Amino acid sequence: MTVLPAVAPPPLDHAGRAAVTRRRVLWLRESVTTLLLRACAFSAVAGLLLIMVFVFREALPVLFDPETRHEVGVSRIFATPLWQPVGNVPKYGLVPLVVGTLKVVLVAMAVAVPLGVLSAVFASEFAPQRIREALKPAIEILAGIPSVVLGFFALIVMASWLQAVTGSPSRLNAVNAGIALALGIVPTIFSVSEDALRAVPRSFREASLALGASPWQTAWHVTLPAAGAGVAAGILLGLARAVGETMIVLMASGNAAITSADVFDSVRTLSATIAAEMAEVVVGSPHYAALFFLGAILFVTTFLINVVAGVFVERLRRRLAGA
Amino acid sequence: MTADALTGRLSRIDKARSYDWTGLACTALTAFAALLVVLMVAVIMGNIAFFGWRTVTWEFLTATPREGMTAGGIFPAIFGTVALVLLMVVALVPFGVGAAIYLHEYARPDAWYTRAVRFSVNNLAGVPSIVFGLFGLGFFIQFLGRHMDRALGLDVVWGQPALMWAALTLALLNLPVVIVTAEEALRTVPREAREASLALGATRWQTIRYVLLPQALPGILTGAILSVSRGAGEVAPILFTGAAYFLPYLPQSPTDQFMELGYHIFVLSTQSPDVDATKPILYGTVLVLLLLTFLLNLTAILLRSRMRARLAGRQ
Repeated sequence: MTVLPAVAPPPLDHAGRAAVTRRRVLWLRESVTTLLLRACAFSAVAGLLLIMVFVFREALPVLFDPETRHEVGVSRIFATPLWQPVGNVPKYGLVPLVVGTLKVVLVAMAVAVPLGVLSAVFASEFAPQRIREALKPAIEILAGIPSVVLGFFALIVMASWLQAVTGSPSRLNAVNAGIALALGIVPTIFSVSEDALRAVPRSFREASLALGASPWQTAWHVTLPAAGAGVAAGILLGLARAVGETMIVLMASGNAAITSADVFDSVRTLSATIAAEMAEVVVGSPHYAALFFLGAILFVTTFLINVVAGVFVERLRRRLAGA
Repeated sequence: MTADALTGRLSRIDKARSYDWTGLACTALTAFAALLVVLMVAVIMGNIAFFGWRTVTWEFLTATPREGMTAGGIFPAIFGTVALVLLMVVALVPFGVGAAIYLHEYARPDAWYTRAVRFSVNNLAGVPSIVFGLFGLGFFIQFLGRHMDRALGLDVVWGQPALMWAALTLALLNLPVVIVTAEEALRTVPREAREASLALGATRWQTIRYVLLPQALPGILTGAILSVSRGAGEVAPILFTGAAYFLPYLPQSPTDQFMELGYHIFVLSTQSPDVDATKPILYGTVLVLLLLTFLLNLTAILLRSRMRARLAGRQ
């Protein structure tokens, strides 16, 4: 093997230099855009982290600031049975707010889960093509109604109708807010469940029908279990939305912080409390910190529910990919 | 067992199968659930359209509120809403589209940082809107705004509720919408288009700029329009970041407060001294907001269905 002698490349002429410069500019532009695009992608991560940091930061005095703790320390928050932030002796008890949130959410889920899941089953299993094509836009319209409009409807119109039917003493109560809230989350439950049901391979249904099962038996015993993880994810996503939804409950629930088991009592939820009181609060006061503490609770709760829902979605994807 | 008995049994099974009454009832139940949802939508829409359409006149759209908001129009609220969503879109779309490009064109799908971004996008979409409001107050106003004021030696210009902070809060709220739709749009661009461009010697960025983005444009627009429609209807995030109960003037700069349609609805329906007198105005405002979000959603849906048809035609 002959070794070629090292020869220095001939000096570049003008055109050659220009080409090298151009390539360098292109390379530079390439790396800069890559960097910028990466920064954009990480803005989502940064956004989530910033939300966490800044909501928690403002809530921290509840745990650590001695002066704030004197009024709204953790032991007080859970022990005090009343939420009366305005008064000579302000009381920050979480119990009525948590009970109120639970009542509204329970009513909403009791209405929205059957409605959402059953109509998803109808759309994916039984509905003729034409009816399905009419049903989906109706759901999209419902999804597009801003929550403040649903709240308005529940407050101005539906509350009177419900009171006429049930005869409950308080016009605005957990049932009224719960039904309005259900309208807000039905689209979520419907669309996630329907996607999951439609992702079930046709061969599952054909096998079941060929074995002599009726369409209902196929839907109930074959398709629904196969899509179960997706339907569960839809229900959980709806639950997370119900817990955090603000405008509907703020307008339709009556906003009285009462601890009771009666769903026809007026209720005040965590989210509505923040929305109703934050505007009048002195920045940095115990009340301010207490409201951020409520926000932190909402954030953690919905975050956990969403993470579990994400696990279900992943499980469904793997299961159907394996099928 | 005789042949007759066997046939008898078989026919009984057959009968039991063909008369699956429970099944039929349950099927009917699912149809009823769907019908109920549609009916509820129809009742809400019908009610609002019926009581609202008489109020919505040209004068209503162009006049300012008068007499404690029991008369006049809603022009400042419309103006504020439009200014809000425009600012939001300007801040939001570059970030959202950039993130989608990075996720779909650059990132390795199973790398830890890709998963971190996707996890954040998914969970950002699930954060309650009121928490976004708290974040806007805690971060943009109390932290960023205060520090800007101190650094610039101003009194209180940035450290207070303002149009810009509300728009940025909404932008973060809608980031997942834009990322998800833009990524879906990039998915509709065939691989061959990328390969052809790269084979001709184009760089990655040139391929994105001159091949991918033009083809993905309808999808990106869809995302932007959806975010505008959502942004126009969200009230909770702007409650303490910039929306005002009533303003005698229009916002002149991003540091001003503003009136907004959704917030106006909230104010009119909960804090009006005279509910019956406000009702026509209230219904009119609701109808305007609904029409606005619907027109936007309709455009987005049409654009998306065209995009999906193109995707389906390719497979």
